[in-house]
Amino acid sequence: MTVATPSPNVQSIKPIILDELEAPPLPLSKMAWLKFRRHKMALVGVGILIVIILYCTLGGVIFSEKYANYNDTGIALQPPSQVHPFGTDVIGRDILARTVYGGQISLLIGLTAVMLETTLGILIGAASGYFGGLVDNLLMRFTEAILIIPQIFLLLVMAKFFAGNIPNITILGREFSGSVVVIIAIIGLTSWPYLARIVRAEFLTLKESEFVLAARATGTSTPDIIFRHILPNSIAPIVVSATLGVANAITLEAYISFLGLGVRPPTATWGNMLEGAYSYIENAYWLWLFPGLLILLIVLSINFVGDGLRDALDPRSRAV
Amino acid sequence: MTVLLDVKDLKTCFHTPEGIVYAVNGVSFCLDEGGTLAVVGESGCGKSVTMMSILRLIPIPPGEIVSGTVQYRDQDLLKLSENNMQSDIRGKEIAMVFQDPMTSLNPVLTIGRQLTEPLRVHLKFQPEQAQKRAIELLQLVGIPDPKKRLGDYPHQFSGGMRQRVMIAMALACNPTMLIADEPTTALDVTIQAQIIELVKELRKKIGLSIIWITHDLGVVAGLAEHVIVMYAGYIVEEADVDTLYENPRHPYTLALMAALPHVDRRRNSRLKSIPGAPPNLLVKPSGCPFATRCEFVLEKCKTQIPPITVIEDGHSIACWVDVKTGAYR
Repeated sequence: MTVATPSPNVQSIKPIILDELEAPPLPLSKMAWLKFRRHKMALVGVGILIVIILYCTLGGVIFSEKYANYNDTGIALQPPSQVHPFGTDVIGRDILARTVYGGQISLLIGLTAVMLETTLGILIGAASGYFGGLVDNLLMRFTEAILIIPQIFLLLVMAKFFAGNIPNITILGREFSGSVVVIIAIIGLTSWPYLARIVRAEFLTLKESEFVLAARATGTSTPDIIFRHILPNSIAPIVVSATLGVANAITLEAYISFLGLGVRPPTATWGNMLEGAYSYIENAYWLWLFPGLLILLIVLSINFVGDGLRDALDPRSRAV
Repeated sequence: MTVLLDVKDLKTCFHTPEGIVYAVNGVSFCLDEGGTLAVVGESGCGKSVTMMSILRLIPIPPGEIVSGTVQYRDQDLLKLSENNMQSDIRGKEIAMVFQDPMTSLNPVLTIGRQLTEPLRVHLKFQPEQAQKRAIELLQLVGIPDPKKRLGDYPHQFSGGMRQRVMIAMALACNPTMLIADEPTTALDVTIQAQIIELVKELRKKIGLSIIWITHDLGVVAGLAEHVIVMYAGYIVEEADVDTLYENPRHPYTLALMAALPHVDRRRNSRLKSIPGAPPNLLVKPSGCPFATRCEFVLEKCKTQIPPITVIEDGHSIACWVDVKTGAYR
């Protein structure tokens, strides 16, 4: 008996698998990834971010912090060369090593300031949105009061006020200038209002939903309803806002440090490396080019990732 | 039989910018241990608000429970502290199932997590213990392959399945009483029948006392022992289910019955409806709230609210008229 061989044409058609037709809806995380993947610039952003993080961490293995802070006025303001690929600064420190350590501090400031900002924003926004009434009124008027004052102005005043009051601290065997903590605190303390308003808006709509009523009917406590039921539902805008917040915090740090009120040397950040570089804009381009470029790259890539996340996590855009 | 829940003169209103909405106006009823009570009436007549008041789920403000007592066993639920309500009553003693299963489950939490939550909160179960109980519960409400489905999200379930999950959630902590707020309204007829069968079975198996809110008189006939008919926040008729169907005595109940489709009616005859709309609850009625739509209306109906009176054993109505003669009772 001969088995009829299927013609090559038939074979080239992909057979329909029943499972594929009746596949259950995708889990949320997978759907988000499929949508994120479509965003080419977001993928590029993730790539650049990974490279920068590797640069800052692996660089720290190659150069010691002592080397990054070592100054020799004899070799000040040298253009890029074999020994100093990014050149040296006004007091003869190696710029390559300083961008590595500056990057660590800048990322640290970006991430921790956002953690502080997000925590404050969620707590204040959630309380305001969930409880409403007088609590909402008080918290929102306070939020608006903070929003009215320009953030930069607030930052400069606070930086000036707290500067020098905080001693150096040692974490994991590394000494940080106390000003790092000050900068983290003041960026965190001045950035939360926008997030608080986003969270409040989410809570206002979600607290009226049926599933919250159902949760209350099963005897769920108020903190559980806020943090276990409503908050997970509003995580998308919070994630997006926090991502963009990292870029914002890095820029703000650079801004204050550039004005000389930020992180004090010898601790390097990309921002304070720019401080003083403006007097050499024409004759020592390497002073500002490398830290400037790094700030530009990280802020751009974080913004791309944020845009990608916004599309990926938006429940209204369902198509994959 | 012992009385499990005794509601007396419950009044709930809402303070809105337009004025005070009188949603529940002095409702009294009781539920026996193991009994099934159906509450019927058209939309907006205070059925849900009554039940939500019992569990104190009314948002305050704008809501306000003006007066009344809700005696559950030996405590007045309206006098308990919010903390006691939350930790001892809701979900543990009295559970509630809501109308729309599509929106009553949290979309971002797995079924397993939502099922184990009440166990964790009320009975202080360990995770493995809670997981085991969750699987049992899903089996109890007839969900196939329960172990695998614990990790699924609500959007991976169909409407009927979700309502089963909601019932499983309500039953998690072995409550004594179940309030079902139109649990089958959002489902199609076949699923509706399945859910009703399920509830009947559960009642037999675990001896639940049930309050079933509905506007479907067909459902009532199949399920309840005792029926309350509500209109505009008042109870207008109360009777055993057989009595009510054989001998409805309030004009509103009569009108509701007449509006039911019958298989033996002529095919081209129009379905009867009650003319007009339910009264505006912003205005306190001066007479019987049904007077404007009633076909038996008399002079006294417009000026005096009829009190609820017993007309025969276990059958009471709030009406001035004897619907059999059309004259005053």
